[in-house]
Amino acid sequence: MSVYLDHAATTPIFDVAVKAMTDALTKVGNPSSLHTEGRSTRKDVEDARDLIAKAVGCLASEVIFTGSGTEADNAAIKGLFWKSDKKLIVISAIEHHAVLDPARWLVEHEGAELIEIPVNKNGVIDLDYLKDLVAKRGFEIALISVMHSNNETGVIQPIAEVVKIAGSIPVHTDAVQSFTKTPLSYKDLGVTSMALSAHKVGGPHGIGALILQRAYEIPALLHGGGQEREIRSGTLNAPAIVAFAAAAASKIYEASKVQELRERFEAGLRSSAPSAYINGVDAKRLPGISNVTFPGTQSDSLLLLMDSEKVSCSTGAACSAGVHRPSHVLLAMGHNEISAQSSLRFSLGANSTQADVDFALSVLPTVIERGRAANQI
Amino acid sequence: MKIIAAMSGGVDSAVAAARAVEAGHEVIGVHLALASNPQKYRSGARGCCTIEDSHDARRAADKIGIPFYIWDMAEEFHEGVVENFLAEYAAGRTPNPCLRCNEKIKFAAVLDRAKAMGFDGVVTGHYARTQIGPIGKTLHRAVDPLKDQSYVLAVLTTEQINGAIFPLGDTEKVDIRIEAEARGLAVAQKPDSHDICFVPSGDNAGWLRDRLGSEVGPIVDNTGNKIGEHKGAYTYTIGQRKGLGLTIPAADGSPRFVLKIEPVTNTVVVGAREELAVSKLMGEKTIWCGPPVDEKPRRGFAQVRAHGAALDCSYYFSGTQLVAELDKPLLGIANGQALVIYDGDRVVGSATICESA
Repeated sequence: MSVYLDHAATTPIFDVAVKAMTDALTKVGNPSSLHTEGRSTRKDVEDARDLIAKAVGCLASEVIFTGSGTEADNAAIKGLFWKSDKKLIVISAIEHHAVLDPARWLVEHEGAELIEIPVNKNGVIDLDYLKDLVAKRGFEIALISVMHSNNETGVIQPIAEVVKIAGSIPVHTDAVQSFTKTPLSYKDLGVTSMALSAHKVGGPHGIGALILQRAYEIPALLHGGGQEREIRSGTLNAPAIVAFAAAAASKIYEASKVQELRERFEAGLRSSAPSAYINGVDAKRLPGISNVTFPGTQSDSLLLLMDSEKVSCSTGAACSAGVHRPSHVLLAMGHNEISAQSSLRFSLGANSTQADVDFALSVLPTVIERGRAANQI
Repeated sequence: MKIIAAMSGGVDSAVAAARAVEAGHEVIGVHLALASNPQKYRSGARGCCTIEDSHDARRAADKIGIPFYIWDMAEEFHEGVVENFLAEYAAGRTPNPCLRCNEKIKFAAVLDRAKAMGFDGVVTGHYARTQIGPIGKTLHRAVDPLKDQSYVLAVLTTEQINGAIFPLGDTEKVDIRIEAEARGLAVAQKPDSHDICFVPSGDNAGWLRDRLGSEVGPIVDNTGNKIGEHKGAYTYTIGQRKGLGLTIPAADGSPRFVLKIEPVTNTVVVGAREELAVSKLMGEKTIWCGPPVDEKPRRGFAQVRAHGAALDCSYYFSGTQLVAELDKPLLGIANGQALVIYDGDRVVGSATICESA
């Protein structure tokens, strides 16, 4: 049997999304065209926008379709910075590269200053640090960005509190991992902007959304036809958009079922790998992610061995040549380089089963033993 | 068997992996990342340390239909090969980094890790053969004399040879390219790598100068008279004639050659061609690729360069040194070069030359 436990990287597309997408692919009509076909495709796109708005708790006019979650993050970080006359960017130390790298780019190329909010050993940001920072330098801050939940550990961040502390400072949140997995309401959180991605929720690759307050304009990344509020140009990818909406509205993902499986997995780990420990275990986490450190191993060996047992999981970050690098998220949580590179992420999805979990647990002891032996070399 | 295929991104290792699959082995492709910053050592299409090479290796694995991973061996490579290379030059010796890489990385770090992970061995695209006979599994020359790489593999112990598979030893390189083409491997026409993979420009002397400095020192004749100046002793090679920049001619007007490099005094010694000739080579750090030999001289062949000639010799082990007495004198031997002994086409063992006479 083969077991897929890397749903946080990407999760299988839902049947409803495949159907919506294939139906749309055979339809002609640019949603920006004024004729019958164009209007018909436009209607599909706007219906999809309504569904996504409803799923994320925002107005339809606040949904800006993008080519990916990464694009949505880039548009927000750069756009909010460019809109502001201030130079200080504040992000958490555990942001995804889609936020971290544009922020660093602004430091290198546009004179920004970057401050990272530290996290505690459970991977939750230090709100007191942020409070102090805002009290002392709030007038200099262009934007604050804290992800809704972390992609490596699943740890959920106190975004509502961040917004409260921020006051009038714009707040962006990368909610790519959280969307459909845990209660998420754009309106209730009160953030300025939010990033979403379709392929993490049972939709297709290559489509995401930036949720941005109505009438809040930011400079664009992509210029052209001005299709999405002049903030994002490019012909709307109608088939991907309708599939994204179909997946997001489907309620196929059952958080309580996934969480039960995760608990079964972690309980099994405690007996089959007693020296292993779960990162962020004492924090509120997404239902499906379990980030585990296996002392005395190297995660790339473990991944190879798990893969050859037909269990797919993840080591976290790799450089452009594919070499595994210690995770900045685990380092921020107090790991050293060695323990950060002894960790694997297992992530469950809508179609995960008890048999998947049990099979993964059954191969782990041998994998860990061999991984330890390889690490002695 | 379950084996790891070390895939550099070149044509040889790709065909070797494909042949191993065809032979019925369960094969997993691994590309070794040897530079922590992948373009630190070389840019361009050749060598074994670029992002492009890891991509080529991945595409070859896709084509062959095997899993593919990248193993980070940058630290091991730097310590075991690059630093050793610098230290040897700094000590006035002439090392061969490919031998060190085989000794420390491919058939040590990789093979050991593979075994610990439950694999039986490592397959590489080296041109060499192994045979199983009454004295166990032994290492032999490849059939293609121009590509034979048994010299750089002569650092493998019997145990390492037991865990090594060289599927290309029975084929000529030209046929490997044809086979790669037929297998649809995109690397079929990728140029061979010749230079030292971690010296990006191929400019060995310049690379050494950047790292070891270029301290000016004397060039002396063999009576100790200073007859010129050099810019960094380690950039010279034993036997080198050109580029010495000598303005004072020899008494008899004959050309002069580098005889000796003395790193401690930063001195280069030059002399006449005849003085370069040696007929006895002594090596330390002996590694046996099969049964060890004793003090009784045997007839065989000595080789001192990767693609050098097989020299008729008598060889024996003194108890501390591997000694080769050559039938015909040889010119320009540097300490640090590997002395490899063959019995016919079988590799007997190797040692690092520390003395010659």
